[in-house]
Amino acid sequence: MTDITPALEIPAHRSRYLARHPLATYVIRRTLTGLLILFVVSVIVFAATQVLPGNAAVQILGRNATPQSVTQLTRQLGLDRSAVAQYTSWLSGLLHGDLGHSLAAHEPVAQFIGDRVRNTLVLAGVAVILMIPLGLALGVVAGVRADRAADHAITGLTLGAIAMPEFVSGALLALIFAVWLKVLPPVSLVAPGSDPLAHPALLVLPVITLMLSGTAYIVRMMRAGVIEAMSSDYVEAAALNGIGRRRIIWKHALRNALAPTVQVLALTVQWLVGGVVVTETIFSYPGLGQGLVQAVQLRDLPTVQAVAMLLAALYITINIIADVAVVLLIPKLRTAQ
Amino acid sequence: MSRAFRWADTWPARIGLIGASCLLLIAFLGPFAAPHSPTALLGAPFSGPTSRFPLGTDFLGRDVLSRVLWGGRTVVVLAGLATIVGYLGGASIGLIAGHMRGGTDAALMRAMDVLLAFPPILLLLVLAAGFGANPVALVAGIALIHIPGIARIIRAATQDASVRGYVEAAAARGERTAAVLYREILPNIWPTLAADAGPRFTVSILLVAAINFLGLGIRPPTADWALMISENRVALTIQPLTIAVPAVMIAVLTISVNLVADAFARSRGVSRGILVRR
Repeated sequence: MTDITPALEIPAHRSRYLARHPLATYVIRRTLTGLLILFVVSVIVFAATQVLPGNAAVQILGRNATPQSVTQLTRQLGLDRSAVAQYTSWLSGLLHGDLGHSLAAHEPVAQFIGDRVRNTLVLAGVAVILMIPLGLALGVVAGVRADRAADHAITGLTLGAIAMPEFVSGALLALIFAVWLKVLPPVSLVAPGSDPLAHPALLVLPVITLMLSGTAYIVRMMRAGVIEAMSSDYVEAAALNGIGRRRIIWKHALRNALAPTVQVLALTVQWLVGGVVVTETIFSYPGLGQGLVQAVQLRDLPTVQAVAMLLAALYITINIIADVAVVLLIPKLRTAQ
Repeated sequence: MSRAFRWADTWPARIGLIGASCLLLIAFLGPFAAPHSPTALLGAPFSGPTSRFPLGTDFLGRDVLSRVLWGGRTVVVLAGLATIVGYLGGASIGLIAGHMRGGTDAALMRAMDVLLAFPPILLLLVLAAGFGANPVALVAGIALIHIPGIARIIRAATQDASVRGYVEAAAARGERTAAVLYREILPNIWPTLAADAGPRFTVSILLVAAINFLGLGIRPPTADWALMISENRVALTIQPLTIAVPAVMIAVLTISVNLVADAFARSRGVSRGILVRR
């Protein structure tokens, strides 16, 4: 993850400052490459949706296409202009905060997204807040007791949980808790404008579905980190010096297992970007992911493009924050450029 | 147990092997055992189990048992194809980047970084928005998701092998680059590749199933386990079997393939193999 470091031209009058502040250099460099990657991503998103598939208007209208409707949609999407002209006007719109106009919902994309962003943040936020302490605790237990009963139980469960697709665990959870036990609603419809936190029962099944695979990832990475730290020279030296096991685990092993953990958290949040898409769809939860799936099914290109850019920007930002946090946690990396 | 299968000598691996073989048998031989056509409308929609329809009927009145027996092929075949295409693409890029170095290497690896910046599901959704529900776009998309990871592994292994005496000797003999890559380097990175393949196949299955579930891969009326779950979702309370049976099939398939892949990767000393991103 950290090897995205192309050489950058640094102006002479600033180079002394940057040489004295390697961390600042690193942050600036990562941010600039992040922006560059986001730019390339925007080209790919635009090309894959609007340029490569041939005449997008015909594709969108499908069987209902009449010559008139094709002409109208072609003009509405600006398909009669060159690909470069279409792209530049779309990109300049994005940069000015204009996300475009939804073809299916007949409203600005910004309005379509509004409530959904909050709903998704609530769902993902609750899931992350619950899965991080749970995953870290289980991972430490499994790592410290590696190859004993507790570890085998935890490792076996996580292998199963990781391999289960979200829509399968979601469907099975809905069957058990909504159909057979009748304690929770099978779908999580939230009325437009109302707060999902006001109806916690709606959130329970989607949150558990997300937690099943998310927690398993954290557990497995944390377990590997702890095992590595526990078998290191400094832990052995500490043990030979007669330091108690409890103190070794807390003061030495866990501290050094922290840096990989930050990467784990970043990976978990990145995984959530995809996880919410499926989870929201199976529970009909009106979030950004479910909105994106709907837009893709209806071939609502402006909405797909805007949401895709939003999610890609989020994904890249998490990546950069995680890389910088790791450098902060491991001082050795600050000078190892 | 013979030596080639020493890695399977643990309980998780045994359970995984049995589960995966059963599910692959159902996926490929199931269609021959199906009592009815998977697409024929035979009875009232969402009727419960009867002697004629042991698992009841689905939302259009088709036989659920026949659809379950037919519905495994698509997932396994599409996931297998996507993994193979990903390996062909990733291995070519990795071999070229690792062997050529310099500008070619830098350009190829920067392209890989851009691919890694895409959340996998998002890439598949963007492709589906452009090309519609399309199995070819799905296979290509999943291959693209695998390519950067495979290319990085192969590139590192190639660079490692490139400085060995036999590779330098082959180059000094004046052998062509392609011959050096194929005869000297590829055999040496084979074990690394083999350990990596299982987890990647698991991820391919998960992605194919997710996209089919969203209705953006295999098109109706084809029988597909993931598609069956979304088609019959409205009947969760009336005819739960239409959802429970395909859900259990997918769960058993992915979990057993994952158990086998994990055991095999561990035996090759790759314990992190399972953490391939999805």
